[in-house]
Amino acid sequence: MSSDQLQGYKKTLNSPYTGIKGWIDSRLPLIRMMEAEYLKFPVPKSLNYFWSFGGIAMFCLIGLILTGIFLGFHYKPSAEDAFDSVERIMRDVSFGWLIRYLHANLVSFFFIATFIHIFRALYFGSYKAPRELVYIFGLTMFMLMMATAFLGYTLPWGQMSYWGATVITNLFSAIPVVGDAILQLLLGDFTVGDSAVNRFYVLHWLLAFAIVGLVVFHVITLHMTGSNNPTGSEPQSWDETVSFHPYVTIKDLNAALFFFIIMAFILFYYPNILGHSDNYIKANPMITPAHIVPEWYFLPFYAILRAIPDKLGGVIAMFSSILALGLLPWLDTSKVRSCLFRPIWRYCVLLFAVNFLVLMYVGGKPAEDIYVLISRIGTAYWFLFIFVLAPLVGFLETPRQPLTITNYLQSKKA
Amino acid sequence: MSDSRKPRRDFIKLSAMTLGGVGAASLLIPFISSMNPGKDTLALASTEIDLSPLEEGQSLTVIWRGKPVFIKHRTKSEIDIAKNTSLDELPDAEEDSARVQKDNWLVVLGVCTHLGCVPLGQKASDTKGDYGGWFCPCHGSHYDTSGRIRKGPAPTNLPVPPYVFLTDNRIKIG
Repeated sequence: MSSDQLQGYKKTLNSPYTGIKGWIDSRLPLIRMMEAEYLKFPVPKSLNYFWSFGGIAMFCLIGLILTGIFLGFHYKPSAEDAFDSVERIMRDVSFGWLIRYLHANLVSFFFIATFIHIFRALYFGSYKAPRELVYIFGLTMFMLMMATAFLGYTLPWGQMSYWGATVITNLFSAIPVVGDAILQLLLGDFTVGDSAVNRFYVLHWLLAFAIVGLVVFHVITLHMTGSNNPTGSEPQSWDETVSFHPYVTIKDLNAALFFFIIMAFILFYYPNILGHSDNYIKANPMITPAHIVPEWYFLPFYAILRAIPDKLGGVIAMFSSILALGLLPWLDTSKVRSCLFRPIWRYCVLLFAVNFLVLMYVGGKPAEDIYVLISRIGTAYWFLFIFVLAPLVGFLETPRQPLTITNYLQSKKA
Repeated sequence: MSDSRKPRRDFIKLSAMTLGGVGAASLLIPFISSMNPGKDTLALASTEIDLSPLEEGQSLTVIWRGKPVFIKHRTKSEIDIAKNTSLDELPDAEEDSARVQKDNWLVVLGVCTHLGCVPLGQKASDTKGDYGGWFCPCHGSHYDTSGRIRKGPAPTNLPVPPYVFLTDNRIKIG
């Protein structure tokens, strides 16, 4: 490299700012990065409110970490003390009831936002090239979220905590030959007990911050390609975009406001409606509650687990249901992204969403004949959707010509 | 660098990386091993029980390694049913004689082999399932009077823990 080239290269590192801002930015280029990625970042003009749920999910995550820190000041992770320390938070710690109810209900709303966010990705084809990695990081976060939620639900050490943890950790015993050894390794004991609650507490924290780390990757990959939009067409000019701030920030805040008003209603009037009353009974390793039901957001996957009559098969089906979704960018053969222009696939995706809710319903019902039958049909559709419909519909259907962002906005006005 | 030296360089790189990799991997052993049950947990691994208060037909639940163990003083008819069951009817075929040391005492782990719930059937008032043994309320597995799986999602029989009769009325589990 000649000295001219070196000078030229160094010049590109110069900060565009002066004063204190410039002093910091020329040493730590965070300010210019934030400006480029958030303030001036161009976003398609045609985004609808479905696009607000990523931001809402992030607000939930921040809220969970903040409330989690304050709960952690009082919580004691041992089989002896856990239940009582949570009761102490509820009764004796100043505003402890509020912080704990916030933490418990924010999780549910985190999942609501995430489910809508994933539906958005499926319906408008956000998973398709070149956004495959955005989608894969998203699904990875979703799996970590489920693991974190499961670990967190164990911590209050109530009957549902204990037996939920027992049933879920026993899934590992389905692994041939080494299953029981792995289970002992994970629990540090022969059963869920003191050792398990201690390490679950540590892992609950660890995974929460692992999700934060993945958010960074999710956003970096997203900002390389830019946001998708309802048309699935890329913006053709600056005229088809708006800057992230103030347009999207205000819109997302508006959506978040309505979202968290609904959360506040549940939080203050029905704080336990999404939980299970048995969890207010201290864990008892000798008595299993009559009906063990996972938290509502696990029910679709629980239904898939129970749909398969074989223990190992059920476990494999449950885990692969999410992993298989990760293959969608490559299995979907259509060149058109958005369901607005895909007459057949559109109904496949909508049916997938309905099917998800049906599985959620039967997952909460006892494993009796009719519910098992429905869960089998639902499980079959789940995999049919990914492995058969995605490649096949792409070939068979004749999509409409996708509108450009400008034409789409005009057609909406008309 | 001349071409003749390249294979030598490659060899050094490869062996350095391999050695480093093996070293890093072996460092994992103590950390993973530390997650296993500790010596204090293992030390609690045996329990002694006096059987004399148990009348025929009664059951007792004791704790061994934090898990419930079902001890059942079987009646004559329960023994006969268990002995006369044809192996063809059993999903996990096992003779009753292979599961007991003395016919009137059945000792099994009270943990459903499906997903680890505690089956009902220890108390006189409990439902005992379709085969007179135990019934798991979680996902509906039925066990017979020998603790063998007969119906439902559980894949195997209730396991028999290691135990010895110290005297006629005293056993040590573990």
